Amino acid sequence: MCSVLQAHKDLHFVHVRQGGLYWVATTTADTSPFTIIEFLNRLTALVKDYCGSLSEKSVQMNFALIYELLDEVVDYGYIQTTSSDVLKNFIQTEAVSSRPFNLFDLSNVSLFGAETQQSKVAPSSAATRPIQSSREQGGKNEIFVNVIERMSVVIGSNGILMKADVEGEIRVKCYMPSCSEMRIGLNEEFSIGKSQLRGYGATVRVDECSFHQAVRLDEFDSHQILRLCPSQGEQTVMQYHLSDDLPSAPPFRLFPAIERDSGGRLLMYMKLRCDLSPKSAAINVSATIPVPKGSVSLSQELSSPDQSAELKLQSRAIVWQIPRFPGGTQLSALFKLEVPGLSSASMLEVGPVGLNFELPKFTATGLQIRFLRLSPVQPGPLQRWVRYVTHSDSYTIRV
Amino acid sequence: MPYLGTEDTVRELRRALSNPNVQSDHLRYRNTVLKVIRTMSQGVDVSGLFSEMVKACATVDIVQKKLVYVFLCSYAALNPELSLLVINTLRKDCQDPNPMVRSLALRNMTNLRLPSLVEYVEQPLTAGLRDRAACVRRVAVLGWAKLHSLQPSSEIDAAVVNELYSLLRDPDPVVMVNCLRALEEILKEEGGVAINKPITHHLLNRLKECDIWGQCEVLRILQRYQPQSEDELFDILSLLDASLVSPHPPVMAATLSLFPTLCAVSLAAVERFRAPLLAACGSASREMRFTALCHIQLLLRSLPGLMCAHYKRFFCGYAEPAYIKQRKMQVLVELVNDETVAMLLDELKGYCTDVNADTAQAAISAIGRIGRSYSDRCLEILTGLLGLKQEHITSAVVRTMRDLVWVCPQCSDTVCLGLEGCEETLQDSQGRQALLWLLGMYGERVSSAPYTLEVFIDGVRSEASLGVKMELLTATMRLFLCRPAETQDMLGRLLHYCIEEETDMCVHDQALLYYRLLHCGIEETRKVLQGRRSDPSLGVLIGRPAEPISHWAHSFNTLEPLRQSAVETESASRGSPEHVTFDPKPSTDLSDTLNCSHAEKVQTGSDSTCSADDLASSIMVPLSLSLSPALSPEEFEHLWLWRHAEQGVEKTKEEEDYVCMEEHVHCPAIPLCSPQSIQAAMQLVNIQTLAFTPPYTLPWRVYLYTHTQHTRSADTPHSTLILGELLYTGEANQKAIGDREVMVEGEQENEGEEATADGLSGREMARKDREKEGVKVTLKQQPRDDEALKGFLTILTTVLHTLSSERA
Repeated sequence: MCSVLQAHKDLHFVHVRQGGLYWVATTTADTSPFTIIEFLNRLTALVKDYCGSLSEKSVQMNFALIYELLDEVVDYGYIQTTSSDVLKNFIQTEAVSSRPFNLFDLSNVSLFGAETQQSKVAPSSAATRPIQSSREQGGKNEIFVNVIERMSVVIGSNGILMKADVEGEIRVKCYMPSCSEMRIGLNEEFSIGKSQLRGYGATVRVDECSFHQAVRLDEFDSHQILRLCPSQGEQTVMQYHLSDDLPSAPPFRLFPAIERDSGGRLLMYMKLRCDLSPKSAAINVSATIPVPKGSVSLSQELSSPDQSAELKLQSRAIVWQIPRFPGGTQLSALFKLEVPGLSSASMLEVGPVGLNFELPKFTATGLQIRFLRLSPVQPGPLQRWVRYVTHSDSYTIRV
Repeated sequence: MPYLGTEDTVRELRRALSNPNVQSDHLRYRNTVLKVIRTMSQGVDVSGLFSEMVKACATVDIVQKKLVYVFLCSYAALNPELSLLVINTLRKDCQDPNPMVRSLALRNMTNLRLPSLVEYVEQPLTAGLRDRAACVRRVAVLGWAKLHSLQPSSEIDAAVVNELYSLLRDPDPVVMVNCLRALEEILKEEGGVAINKPITHHLLNRLKECDIWGQCEVLRILQRYQPQSEDELFDILSLLDASLVSPHPPVMAATLSLFPTLCAVSLAAVERFRAPLLAACGSASREMRFTALCHIQLLLRSLPGLMCAHYKRFFCGYAEPAYIKQRKMQVLVELVNDETVAMLLDELKGYCTDVNADTAQAAISAIGRIGRSYSDRCLEILTGLLGLKQEHITSAVVRTMRDLVWVCPQCSDTVCLGLEGCEETLQDSQGRQALLWLLGMYGERVSSAPYTLEVFIDGVRSEASLGVKMELLTATMRLFLCRPAETQDMLGRLLHYCIEEETDMCVHDQALLYYRLLHCGIEETRKVLQGRRSDPSLGVLIGRPAEPISHWAHSFNTLEPLRQSAVETESASRGSPEHVTFDPKPSTDLSDTLNCSHAEKVQTGSDSTCSADDLASSIMVPLSLSLSPALSPEEFEHLWLWRHAEQGVEKTKEEEDYVCMEEHVHCPAIPLCSPQSIQAAMQLVNIQTLAFTPPYTLPWRVYLYTHTQHTRSADTPHSTLILGELLYTGEANQKAIGDREVMVEGEQENEGEEATADGLSGREMARKDREKEGVKVTLKQQPRDDEALKGFLTILTTVLHTLSSERA
């Protein structure tokens, strides 16, 4: 992993890594790094919008489209526009989808959707098709509103919550060639800043909040409604941040017991509890437990067969995978590690445990979308999807 | 990259392109062109197809046109003659009713980068400036900039420049921004586009219409504008308010970088930088986070306390890349204060065992940095890490300890205890060099030092590192000076080997130098080798002094802050600390004050060999202060008053185990310092302050105490308790005193205290009238130890002077 900025003689290389690809900009001027990086990020988002997904394969298959995109976006090194509303008039090439969308996919994808008025479930692959295909495929009008939160949590070895940060955003992905005004209603009890302390109850509070340029906020203070005309493609309409004061308990707790047995092995007994409500569940949970250097082999006892654990010598850690972890339950695992020359000091090397997970249908701040209205009502069929998901940015539990 | 079947591919493509059947079917034609571009982007030289591609350009299919233009722009420079053929098609396209075709043609005409085509391009460009469609005007405006760069020597028509200026009022914001960019390039020699008051206000008022890239460009150019009046400044600032809270980091950063040029930034204004930068620090993009972190480091140079409350935002995520983790640690070190130190050290401790060796080393050296102010806690962690017996960790810890001891000599006892046994784990040359330096410097306190060195000396034949060999020579020499009996034999063997067998000139000559030095006698050797054990420039400074904002304002929002990491890691992996050149300013500053305190013996020159014996008397007699056992305020009061009363009664009878001393230190700004900063500074040197009067009150008092640990060469450790009072009565008239003088007077009975004390008392009488201006220091020591008391006084004076000069 190399540094973001590199230089060769007078030429600077600034890169961004996304989708397993390096997106590199070069400049000879001492220009703003914020601009370069934001531009590269925006470019990756555009490529993703136009090609459907971001991968080496999709770039290879759509090189003509990407040339065209670059030609319109940058002229003579100056950024002209990155707005998909403007670009859609200029971009002529059609995207080649790496995997054509078919109905068969609907049956076996891992589902997480949300109860909107339709109470139907959108396949997770539905949002990874190119925005332009809607034009030709008879116009499947869809709007996705995603509430995505990233948690970063540190829990001390005594179980005390030491740090909790949530970065959240509301992203709108619009597949309609033209869209009239959209109104997004947030929780009624939504407040910004620390000062506004209302009585207890279902208050949703964030510390800081910022909105996309195009969002009109005239109804926000009174009714918590965001008004905007979404442009085609994906955009972040609202970003917010909350620190230290989560409305609910952190989703996971770990109760470790670590000891050395007589045979010089390291025994780690891990109990992991999921404190979500029993209705929801965490998926793709993986716990990374650092182990002492020189660990040779691992034997494990896991509480259910769908879990797995593996000793990764490269990263010097045990990776414990749990595909699905329902709320209110508890899992346990016993790891026996063979570490030649284990000393008492080696115990220092165990921990902190890092957790990676995805919590569908859950927001750590409690933010919800009350309604999603388009006015005037669109002609033709329109599908609106609201999805919530919380990811772990960094969830660390000290042992 | 050699590509198999290149020739065949090109031939095949040529055949397909010139096939009339393909040409008549526009889908097949487009796909063939697509294939050419695909081959091109795979790195194959397809320039041979130039004439076929020129033909393919004449088509109504816009997608095909765009593809051909990609090809033409890449290869035009190789085929200037054939490129002339394209010009006709392009010029025809410039008349096309479709604005998209017009803009496409105009853009690619200017992208061919052929000076020979300039004459054909000027006319369509001029027409393009007046085109109905904004997208054509955008291209035309930038086209002039491209033209200028093709022929930098030729003047661009003044009429065009005027037209570009008038297009600043174009309804399309992108045209406006492109005009700025083009004028900036064309008028580079005149200093870029002229920014006067009307243009500035025009641009600011239209800022909202631009997208974020346009806003950044406008804000960047406005950096050149100086508002003419206070009112105008406030108008501008209020127009900028919206951009300051922009959720887009580039706009936010561009606005922030306007502030220093618009108005002389006060520290309060920099406070406004905090929230937006913190927000960027939490961005989903790692690279954006990194950039924001680098800029926060800039701010911290001027406002060390800016982010203290938000220190948790800089905890590392476990999945973050190493370059972010290292930056975060650098920031965390700056945020340490009494409240956060426990949390921060706990967090940093967790990073020390990171699987990435660079991250682990960065964490360890971060703890070392914190150790300069909180040495006890940090040393505990560091010595704990030695127990892991891991190569890279031990190496980093030993290096960190060396750097720490160099600036905080009071840590040396703990460090010496920790060193035992770590030579087995050390593998890399950097770590072993650090160990050798420590063994040489503190060999008399590490009982196993000669054995460790012997192992090194026995293995010197197979030693590959030059640095280790040279450090080994010096360390053995130094150890020989303090433990001659144990070391003599192995020193002989080492010198013999290095002089007789060593092939490297540096090592050989150094050994020879030492050998000859030994011939000059042991005293000479001592003078040369036993230099300072600690950094003369540091010691009592509380962190770094805050830099003025102007130092970094110009590099805000440039690539500069991102680059600095390389420099910092370099300085971390250096050799012995005394070889490092220090920032000259603080060092001269402080060594002055240090010398003044024993002014009677100051010799000229700061050369380390010259003043070696001078230093030996003051520093080589190791005096260390410690806070334990702690003294409660009640105990302090009791001791202080008891001694007070006793002294009053039996003034004539001087006890052997007790001394009281009064003196005046001239440091007028001291009573203005906040209690916190005094306390922090005192704790740095292990002096505990117990009670304060608030600043600005008169009389102003501080009570403090410490324990001295004083080892006289072979004696058993000898410890004393010192109680002290600082008193400032405020009756001072501010008469200027040229040099900072410490006056010693009072009960210090000179029991055979040589001539120096007598000489001093003479001068002391002459200056007695000045003593009232300073802070009166009363010290009580038990049991009596003049040297320790003197040493303590030196330290205290230095702290007070430093605080005072910082305040002034």
